[in-house]
Amino acid sequence: MSGPKIFLCRCEDVTLSEFRAAYREGFTELESLKRYTGVGTGFCQGKGCLSEAAAELAALRGIPATDLKPTTIRPPSEPLTFGQLAALDIPEPAAPEEP
Amino acid sequence: MIPLHSEPVPATADAVIVGAGINGLATAYELARQGMKNIVVLEKDYLGSGSTGRCGGGIRQQWTTEENIQLASESVAIYEGMSAELGYQVFFRQGGYLMITEREEDLPALKEAVALQRRCGVPTDFLTPRECLDIVPGLDVSDLKGATFCPKDGTAYPFAVVWGYARACHRHGVRIYIKTTLTGIETVSGRIEAVVTDRGRIATPLLVNCAGPWARSLAAKVGVDLPNRQERHEIMVSESLKPFLDPMVISITNGIYFSQSMRGEIVGGIGDPAEPGLMNPDDFRFHSGLRFAVRFAKTLTRLYPRTRSVRMMRQWAGMYDVTPDHRPILGGVPDLAGYFHICGFSGHGFMLGPMAGRRMARLIATGQEDPIINSLSLGRFAAGNLQADAFVVG
Repeated sequence: MSGPKIFLCRCEDVTLSEFRAAYREGFTELESLKRYTGVGTGFCQGKGCLSEAAAELAALRGIPATDLKPTTIRPPSEPLTFGQLAALDIPEPAAPEEP
Repeated sequence: MIPLHSEPVPATADAVIVGAGINGLATAYELARQGMKNIVVLEKDYLGSGSTGRCGGGIRQQWTTEENIQLASESVAIYEGMSAELGYQVFFRQGGYLMITEREEDLPALKEAVALQRRCGVPTDFLTPRECLDIVPGLDVSDLKGATFCPKDGTAYPFAVVWGYARACHRHGVRIYIKTTLTGIETVSGRIEAVVTDRGRIATPLLVNCAGPWARSLAAKVGVDLPNRQERHEIMVSESLKPFLDPMVISITNGIYFSQSMRGEIVGGIGDPAEPGLMNPDDFRFHSGLRFAVRFAKTLTRLYPRTRSVRMMRQWAGMYDVTPDHRPILGGVPDLAGYFHICGFSGHGFMLGPMAGRRMARLIATGQEDPIINSLSLGRFAAGNLQADAFVVG
């Protein structure tokens, strides 16, 4: 490899060159780039990398980053243990209305 | 690998396949292997964006109807060689499926299922609760009544399978159009004539409906009435951990399933009886909720207490395309030449898709009768010839 190895996503070890290679393969939006490269799927859930990924993708496509659709935000906003979740009580939902 | 989505579609094709999930891509690949040229796949979003990319990746042969067992075991044979065949690592791992029950009254059905599966050549065994501990150390078996285990069941990474098929399709000359929506279908004197998309019209004698939850509304455009309804299901992944859980564990009592992916995450879900069936997939709510997370966590930590300190990372939702007997609908319809559907997998398209695609491609390319496709035809519903599969979980 020539040049410095730049990490775009530090949780999942996704380099800038891997991200660009995925773009050249035809993954041209954040939602599918996230799945293909793993960017944003690590422990920080994208908080440290998705804005950088969006800026890079916007540059590759030659459009403003504000024109890109963000990836769907997945709960929880911070990882919770199954023990913490299991201790919660949830009310039963109201019966669905008949169509 | 994939033509960029600004391209207009070609004016003609020998076959148009709608849907770039497992079924659409497997069928396109198998049709190309049968020697068909000019195959076009249409996908309204991105590869695997419908049900395939949202699924848990489980592949099991433990079913209660012969057709499902046969399709599943033939698909397992394809999965065993898939990374080599497609030239792409799909992360298939045979850790087995442990199907557990907490109800004494399920045991006769489990034992009967084992006998049927063994007659079909699937090496399933019946296990006592204590024997389950050999398969999953740390499982709380105090409420279990019994289980079945097939060591040849397993998991694969759904997106990798989709990308692998897409690459193999590309090598065989199949053209895949993403971000392309089918808007109409033209028929002339009982034959498929063309499909119309938001990127242009494609004249084609052959249309294969692999649209998953949207298969019903697509079929309605040509007057084919599918009995499918769409159900919303949720699923989650945990943080990555060193390998510690070999099989997929699945409960026929409460609908939980969980396994560990090759990336180390626990992947799992649980069915929710309070979730209403949806008739319009465009009304689907893709967001995921606290109710699922809590229900899943309560059941997981009760059955497998060592997961209490594991962190849940991410949850999402997807759709099952469910038929009245929970078995897929394959084949064509008598009065519309050139139309075929591969749908209605009821939450199990990922595990049955490779062989469904192979058998359907053989039927489409050669016209050769296929007894499994015949028994899974749409006509079975009107004929009242239904034999539901009992092992629908999740």
